[in-house]
Amino acid sequence: MDAEREVLDVLARNAREDIDDIAAQTGLDAAAVADAIDALEADGVVHGYQAVVDWDRVDEGKIRAVVEINVELDRETGYEQVADRIAKFPAVDALHLVSGDYDFAVEVLGENMQDVSEFISEQVAPMPAVTQTVTHYIMETYKDGGIRFEDGDDDDRLSVSP
Amino acid sequence: MRLSDRARTLPESGIRKFFELAEARDDVISLGVGEPDFSAPWSARTAAIDSLERGKTSYTANRGMAALRERIADHHERYAQSYDPAEEVLVTTGASEAVDLAFRALVDPGDTVAVHEPTYISYGPGIELAGGERLTVPTRAADDFALTRESLEAAGAADADLLVCCYPNNPTGATMTDEELAEVAAFCRDNEIRVVADEIYAALTYGEDHASIATQPGMRERTVVVNGFSKAYAMTGLRLGYALGPTEAIDAMNRIHQYTMLSAPTTPQYAAIEALDRCDGEVAEMVEEYNRRRRLVVSRFNEMGLDTFEPGGAFYAFPECGGDDEAFAEELLEAQGVAVVPGSVFGEGGEGHLRVSYATSMRELKEATDRIAAFVEGR
Repeated sequence: MDAEREVLDVLARNAREDIDDIAAQTGLDAAAVADAIDALEADGVVHGYQAVVDWDRVDEGKIRAVVEINVELDRETGYEQVADRIAKFPAVDALHLVSGDYDFAVEVLGENMQDVSEFISEQVAPMPAVTQTVTHYIMETYKDGGIRFEDGDDDDRLSVSP
Repeated sequence: MRLSDRARTLPESGIRKFFELAEARDDVISLGVGEPDFSAPWSARTAAIDSLERGKTSYTANRGMAALRERIADHHERYAQSYDPAEEVLVTTGASEAVDLAFRALVDPGDTVAVHEPTYISYGPGIELAGGERLTVPTRAADDFALTRESLEAAGAADADLLVCCYPNNPTGATMTDEELAEVAAFCRDNEIRVVADEIYAALTYGEDHASIATQPGMRERTVVVNGFSKAYAMTGLRLGYALGPTEAIDAMNRIHQYTMLSAPTTPQYAAIEALDRCDGEVAEMVEEYNRRRRLVVSRFNEMGLDTFEPGGAFYAFPECGGDDEAFAEELLEAQGVAVVPGSVFGEGGEGHLRVSYATSMRELKEATDRIAAFVEGR
């Protein structure tokens, strides 16, 4: 495996690993790790570092919705143009073009349901290319970013075993 | 009740004392655990659950389910091992049963069984229960704990009837290459020594793929290979292992097994079929994670001045602590709440070392190695 891939595998598991620990885990030296991280960022492989948050456990937390969007394209308007206009809204947390019954899957983050509804009905639905939206509010999150949202399992192994 | 001499004289395992010391505290980070911190792959667990829902709770064939034996035989092609699933594979209740059966099937009272040490603690008692005499062959830190022809000769193993060969090794993490095994194989052929090869950690190697002594010329017919699902598939508690060997050895082992165990437990056999069919990817991910931890642990021990050779397999590092390893481990537990197992528990050659298991989370490994570094500095 090349250095960038090894560093990426570590960061994808835990973006808070410091350079020395990544070096120890990959067998690279610290300078090579720093170079790999710079290259991953410069090449647009790594776009940022965020916490995986369970907003349900935060006072005055946030609400999340998955919105299906159908669009109609014309000579001047392709998926790229529509995506660009939708993505510019800060409420849009993630935006994907998907295969299947609808075109875009949009993850929207808002303060509350009304906030999200207003955003969809007032900002997204009226866009000329948009023909239909279906909003699914997320009721409960069980797993995100590859991490189960549950109270940690106790380690029930014997503390010392052969 | 009057007990048999055999039971009364069987010694308590040296690991017991450290288990009790560690259990007495509730703030311990344990690097003393000899099993994975992962759970079995979920699809293997669901296969076990499904089998229960379908009412699959009867015995299986003595040798294990045919579908499982076929997959085991296929799986071992990756180690260049070729066994007939009908005649040369026996599914057992953990690899432990397979080791016990091999001793009972291959050892006559008074036979000499050579065991390299330091090694896993169950071989000695198993040999004793089978009526054999254990001959210790110390391996050396200078050889990175590989078994050599010189150490076999020096220990007088030329007269042995059987050799136990456990690589990748618990507790050292040592592995052996084909070239190194060729020397040992030649020694066994020259002296007509049969081999029990405990290869339970074969799937957990970092760098070179596992090499088996059974694939050396002339060794297949004199070797029983033991393996299982515990370590690779994180299925320790499901107790499923197996033996591979020439027909006459497997037949003999099965003859004992049919009276003492009848068949290995049924539910885990369904989990094992699924594990072999679909869980290679998850094993590969576990191996990658162990490998990252291995590098971190080895580099941290070397940085704090406890020399540690690079272990090629299993999930143990074997740093040198110098002097009295038992005292070191006890004081470390007392002062810093970190449990490790003193190397001397694993026999000759282990003294002055510690077995450090990295089958624990990266966060705990960092915390534990920080504490050990503080302990070493203050010592």
